[in-house]
Amino acid sequence: MTPPRPVPRFGHGSRVPGWDDSVDLSKPPATTPDPATTPVPADLRREIDAAMAKYPDRRSAAIPALHAAQAVHGYCSPLAIDQVAAVMGVTPAYLTSVATFYDMLETDPRPKHDDVYVCTNISCSLLGADELFDAMVAAAAGDAHVHVSSFECLGACDIAPMASVNGEYVGPLTTEDPAQIIEDLRAGRPVLADKQIRYRLSVDPGANPEGPHEFTTPDHRRRTDRAGVGDLEAVTDRLGPSAPVERPPQPPTDGTDR
Amino acid sequence: MRKLLFDYIDEPHLNTLAVYERRGGYQSLRTALAMSREDVLSSLMDANIRGRGGAGFPAGRKISFLPKGDMDKYLVCNADESEPGTFKDRELMQKSPHMLIEGIVIAAYAGGLDRAFIYIRGEYQLQGDIMEAAIAEAAEAGYLGANILDTGISLSLVLHRGAGAYICGEETGLLDSLEGKRGNPRLKPPFPAVEGLYAGPTLINNVETLATLPTIIRMTGAEYAKIGVENSTGTKLVSISGDVRRPGNYEIELGTPSREIIYGLAGGPPSGKPVKFWFPGGSSAPVLTGSDLDIPYDFDSLAKAGTMLGSGAIIVADESRRVIDTMYKVAKFYAHESCGKCVPCREGTNWTQKMVSRIYAGEATPMDLDIMASVQEQIIGNCLCVLGDAMAMPIGSMVEKFRPELEAEIEAARERHDGADVDEVVPLGVADEFAGPLPVH
Repeated sequence: MTPPRPVPRFGHGSRVPGWDDSVDLSKPPATTPDPATTPVPADLRREIDAAMAKYPDRRSAAIPALHAAQAVHGYCSPLAIDQVAAVMGVTPAYLTSVATFYDMLETDPRPKHDDVYVCTNISCSLLGADELFDAMVAAAAGDAHVHVSSFECLGACDIAPMASVNGEYVGPLTTEDPAQIIEDLRAGRPVLADKQIRYRLSVDPGANPEGPHEFTTPDHRRRTDRAGVGDLEAVTDRLGPSAPVERPPQPPTDGTDR
Repeated sequence: MRKLLFDYIDEPHLNTLAVYERRGGYQSLRTALAMSREDVLSSLMDANIRGRGGAGFPAGRKISFLPKGDMDKYLVCNADESEPGTFKDRELMQKSPHMLIEGIVIAAYAGGLDRAFIYIRGEYQLQGDIMEAAIAEAAEAGYLGANILDTGISLSLVLHRGAGAYICGEETGLLDSLEGKRGNPRLKPPFPAVEGLYAGPTLINNVETLATLPTIIRMTGAEYAKIGVENSTGTKLVSISGDVRRPGNYEIELGTPSREIIYGLAGGPPSGKPVKFWFPGGSSAPVLTGSDLDIPYDFDSLAKAGTMLGSGAIIVADESRRVIDTMYKVAKFYAHESCGKCVPCREGTNWTQKMVSRIYAGEATPMDLDIMASVQEQIIGNCLCVLGDAMAMPIGSMVEKFRPELEAEIEAARERHDGADVDEVVPLGVADEFAGPLPVH
């Protein structure tokens, strides 16, 4: 399979007639790929099988499966879609219809990369998200392994303007922060550790009647462990996108699995 | 007032079972399971809690619509919190995931359901991981799975992550997405209570609604109904953002004056300028102005003011903001998120965005505002779901309430771009001799 051709257009923008002609009507449509002839990485197969087992209908696993394939291939490439289709027993066309619908599934070719979503919706843009987005694009310019996109509301208007870096919510950001984000990404350390939403306390003055409450910038180190369950950072820090990936030891393979 | 949802919200490790149980967690579940299904349901009916996701439908009645009998029935928790300005469910799930799980088990017991799903938006990775860990912990402790607390009741709970689509917060779009398809809304009826997920009867509720159920069982429905005002009972999480000093989630009693929320709790605009306009219930709600600040914050009062409480997300803009900027963001958002199934929404959102861009480009005339208003009227009520309406209502209200300002914007942009006189502009969609020869290819 080749990547889709760009639609030919006239100079004024409308599409050249014939742009939507079927490729070749005499050919049979693509059917479910043969599992015997489609090599699938063992980890990916295991992940898709586990996802399918969770639902009464295996097709419900389409989004988790495509997410897993995207993590392996960098985007939902024709090869990635074929592999998922082979494991799930559905047609590539069905999966393509799903992959093209959702913002987090990408069908444009790109290498494995870090995703930076900058929220440019109402609340964030009131507080300078458009300038932040420009600064972020400038900071990541020329780096094919950082993909910056402007995103609709990410559900964190309390830290506006904000961004999601590989799923880690950080904010409020200034136009100085993008450089630091890129630096943190390159160094492989948690991004803007002081601005992550996981450490933000509730602002409601009536909440936590038994605990101290401050209206200042959240700093998790100031929180005391009133419940006495041990180290405060142990629980929230081991979850989420910044968590270290733990994989059970696998026997060496050549990367494919029949 | 003592908080109901946010009482111990920042308690360290509240997301673990040990701390949640120490704070009285899962006691309501034991209470509920000791009661009959009918008693639990009637307690929820007494509480008269209205759905916290946006539509405000009474949660108890929704459960009572489920058909009785032996069939595959499903509960779906809508955690696809995508309404611009809303972030209450994020904080709840991140800090108190077991409260949601307990509520889900109670709702499932009241409705006689044994399979449940949480549809969480894909962007909430941390919250999804915390929920998954909490589900595993609850299952381990016997609050989920087969034979819950030796009562013979069983419930399986699966966390499903979305992949970034606003429309999947619409209940039938969510069901399609959960079935692994594109998130296109369905024709209603049949409503999900009759034919929903995998064509089985399905109960769909918002995170906050379900997380409130343990409190209702603990207090009893009749006591809960005493909080708030008539027809808007209980407390509500309000997400405040935009031009305020202390943005964030606040738990308020329904019926609190809006001024007290925006100025008292959130501190008002940091610039000290007066409020120009505010969205009372997410970007889908028609905007209110600075003179509407004394409206009590509850379902009926806001409906009477021509807007809605929606998801409880207040976005505030002060006097220094231009209406057109927000208008463009709203139109662009809905044009991007329209699923494309119904023509009025797909075309209406797209053309509204183009018309607003035309104002910026200095190519608009005041007549465009009339066209824009009429486009909004033609969207409302003409689509399968309310995504189109959700753009049409705020845009329509902005055109109506800020028309002089928008006309001034149009004039200023024309001058900036050295525009021609209004008379020389060819009206939209009129092909006449002024339009020039058609391009030949």
